[in-house]
Amino acid sequence: MAHAYTPGLRVTPQTLLQRQRQLPLKGEVVVSQGDSVTRDQVVAHTHLPGNVTTLNLVNILSCTPEELPNYMLKREGDPVEAGEPIAETRPFIKWFKTTVKAPITGTLESISKITGQVIFRAPPRPVQVQAYIDGNIVEILPEEGVIVETTGAFVQGIFGVGGETWGPLHLISEEPDQILIPDQIDNSCAGKIVVGGNLLTLDAIDKARESGAVGIIGGGIRDADLRDLLGYDLGVAITGTENTGLTVIVTEGFGPIAMARKTFAILSENNGKEASISGATQIRAGVLRPEIIIPESSIHEQTEESGNLGLIEGALLRVIRAPHFGQVGKVTALPPELQTVESETHVRVLEVEFGNGDRAIVPRANVELIEE
Amino acid sequence: MDKLDVIIATDCGSTTTKAILIEKKDDVYRQTYRGEAPTTVEAPYEDVTRGVLNAIQEVEELSGRQILDGETIITPARDNRGVDIYISTSSAGGGLQMMVGGVIQAMTGESAQRCALGAGAIVMDILASNDGRQPHEKIERIRQLRPDMVLLSGGTDGGTISHVVELAEFISAADPKPRFGSGYQLPVIYAGNKDAAREIERTLGDKTALTVTENIRPTLEGENLGPARHVIHDLFLEHVMAQAPGYRKLISWTGAPIMPTPGAVGLMMQTVSKQQNINVVGVDIGGATTDVFSVFDDIFNRTVSANLGMSYSVSNVLAEAGLNDVMRWVPFKIDEADLRDRIKNKMIRPTTIPQMLEELQVEQAIAREALRLAFVQHRALAVGLKGVQAERTLSDVFDQSEGGESLIKMRDLDLLVGSGGVLSHAPRRMQTAAMLIDAFQPEGITRLAVDSIFMMPHLGVLSSVNEIAATQVFERDCLIYLGTCIAPIAQGKIGAPCAQYEIGLPEGTQSGTLNIGDLLHFPLEADQEAHLTLHPDRNTDAGAGPGRELNTTVKGGTAGLILDGRGRPIVFAENQSERTDQISRWSETLDLYPR
Repeated sequence: MAHAYTPGLRVTPQTLLQRQRQLPLKGEVVVSQGDSVTRDQVVAHTHLPGNVTTLNLVNILSCTPEELPNYMLKREGDPVEAGEPIAETRPFIKWFKTTVKAPITGTLESISKITGQVIFRAPPRPVQVQAYIDGNIVEILPEEGVIVETTGAFVQGIFGVGGETWGPLHLISEEPDQILIPDQIDNSCAGKIVVGGNLLTLDAIDKARESGAVGIIGGGIRDADLRDLLGYDLGVAITGTENTGLTVIVTEGFGPIAMARKTFAILSENNGKEASISGATQIRAGVLRPEIIIPESSIHEQTEESGNLGLIEGALLRVIRAPHFGQVGKVTALPPELQTVESETHVRVLEVEFGNGDRAIVPRANVELIEE
Repeated sequence: MDKLDVIIATDCGSTTTKAILIEKKDDVYRQTYRGEAPTTVEAPYEDVTRGVLNAIQEVEELSGRQILDGETIITPARDNRGVDIYISTSSAGGGLQMMVGGVIQAMTGESAQRCALGAGAIVMDILASNDGRQPHEKIERIRQLRPDMVLLSGGTDGGTISHVVELAEFISAADPKPRFGSGYQLPVIYAGNKDAAREIERTLGDKTALTVTENIRPTLEGENLGPARHVIHDLFLEHVMAQAPGYRKLISWTGAPIMPTPGAVGLMMQTVSKQQNINVVGVDIGGATTDVFSVFDDIFNRTVSANLGMSYSVSNVLAEAGLNDVMRWVPFKIDEADLRDRIKNKMIRPTTIPQMLEELQVEQAIAREALRLAFVQHRALAVGLKGVQAERTLSDVFDQSEGGESLIKMRDLDLLVGSGGVLSHAPRRMQTAAMLIDAFQPEGITRLAVDSIFMMPHLGVLSSVNEIAATQVFERDCLIYLGTCIAPIAQGKIGAPCAQYEIGLPEGTQSGTLNIGDLLHFPLEADQEAHLTLHPDRNTDAGAGPGRELNTTVKGGTAGLILDGRGRPIVFAENQSERTDQISRWSETLDLYPR
């Protein structure tokens, strides 16, 4: 296969970024091209069609569907108030009259002469889209949304839960391999995004939420803790809408694993800076990874993306599967021929030298490039 | 028909685009070269043809045949240049996602589901008058799902009108938008009571792109799925494919309509079943989904288990099967928390492969459970029509599913075909055979095969152009015969004898006793046959009836003959250490893993 390695996640101290901010349905864009926007500013809004309520009148009025229009007091498209009469019978003796009242306030959408079904629609629900990042509007998508552009640090995580939020970064761990201890988290974290180094334990996440933090970032999380956090076993990695009280982002994977040095360096350099984060992850049909965007990054050098250089001797990588899971090293050889590994699988491999000088043969599919 | 000597075919999968070259040599079609490249339907490329060109380029490099002139496929073939036709299947961008509707869930609802699945779709939801949901819940659900298209059926011809019109009213009230192309109307196919067609047009004609076709259930006693399936394929091309990035260009390149990948695989299964006059079960286990196909007595069924797979959905297999059911296949203990982390890491980094033997064993254990669960779902849908009045005997009652008679009769199964990475790329073919036997638990005599390099989709679409070419390649290059599983149905204690066997192998006759719980292995090459005689005891059925002798000829393969006395369902020892011994013993008998 032409590309047998995981190209790696983007981790860059300074880059130009665009985010599309789109309404679920057509609506109105309320900013103009060239405008400078803040993360919480509304850029577009619309109204979602209201919920629908149905009522089958033929049973209530004891008539056939064809006769139904004769009993209606309201026509299709008429506005109705909850409790307002919408249909009634006209018996000889008024005492036997049956009146049907509107179940909701809204519009009478349709009257069916086939089924006797009357459909009411509640008033439209307003929906707003915010800018999400501080930046400039570079493009207007007429009636649909905008594209916001910013320059800043950008870190993609590997997995997250919870949606978009923002706040200042609050670094607690001093080293990327330090595990956050709940006692290190206190009320000073309120409204902030807590940054740890290694594992995020459930206790630490709970403490962060109780302290009012809006997000928490770390190297890894144990699946057992994730299950307790969500209240269910996550089967398919499609996240972003969880009700966890704060957004959780892990940069490396499941289990205790130190945050990559480069990632940790970017987050610690920007300690205290405002960041926009999203935990939304989707690893299928349109890969979406959680992200951390720091528009006012302290690091101003523009770095080249090294990810597209591919696997070359000397490239820095992380092993992403047992037996060397999580270890970081440099490529020392790229033998072209297929080799047989312990499981008897014939694969393309590479030789890697880890920080402690140990060398190992690893399938190329089991490594991830780290940008230097 | 024009000359058809050189064929290039691609399958645009959600992650990889696979190209194969088929050439007619000495009057026989053979698959000669293959190439693959990452699929490019997503940013930054957003043009499926890029991946197609890359995959074809690999075929060019390997074969030495020039197929491309810049970005044009050269046709027709002359000497070592060009091809006679280019054909393709596609499941990129999540495949074809449909919502179906019917009046009664177990009747027209189920017929609509079978129709959509058979056309290669993933069925997101089944809307029915009696599905237990309130009208507003149904409307909310339709609006939420954003399917690629909707198939609405309901009512036999001359039957109910109001119920099916009511469903149309719900669809109209939801005013749903298609997944791709927000400016387009959602394609809706109406294939219900013909008497309701005019009302359906009145209700949905303005709001949706409505196509009316023949009723899929004109009478309670019969289904008519063909016309609606054709409409699904047409709309798939016109509406869904045409919206996906680069597909308009791709459509203009192909010499036959692009088919949804599972639809093409299903077509191939039907062709094989028809030509060899056999009952077939096929499975394709992917990263995200598992497809099961069956053809029993000419009735074709396909199901897709949307969240059972080996990478994206691997974590869901564990959630659905439970840890114990996965670990029962593994001869060692592993810390649960550690295993969960490992599986989640596979989910978030789906392209990794097991380097350690232990990891391979866990992955193959998960595959057994994914296949088993997918087959359970398939059996639930592959049933006879419900709502039909039929005479039944008392013994039938035990083989019925809510009134629909099961079509999957394991004893009548002739061929079980596996495909998908975990089966096709297992380091030892015996591992593939073991996974298929453990998951499907075939009964009686069943031949096993694996799709060598996943070319069934290509051959399926080829069969729509040239059936002979498709079946020749299928027989010669696509299928690798693994051997035959012989599984008498026995009851009794583990270790008790259940049958005497005599197998006339090329190097001499072997005979002995098969005990309950035993697994025996006899090597027999793919081109060899052996005569088998089984003398079951009175509680055991070898296929000819309880206690009756069975005489037959069995065929070999890379895994040979496997005599399986483990019972159906397979009986595991209750005690943990005994179970570990049991698994190790089976594994050693079949020489599954390096020792």
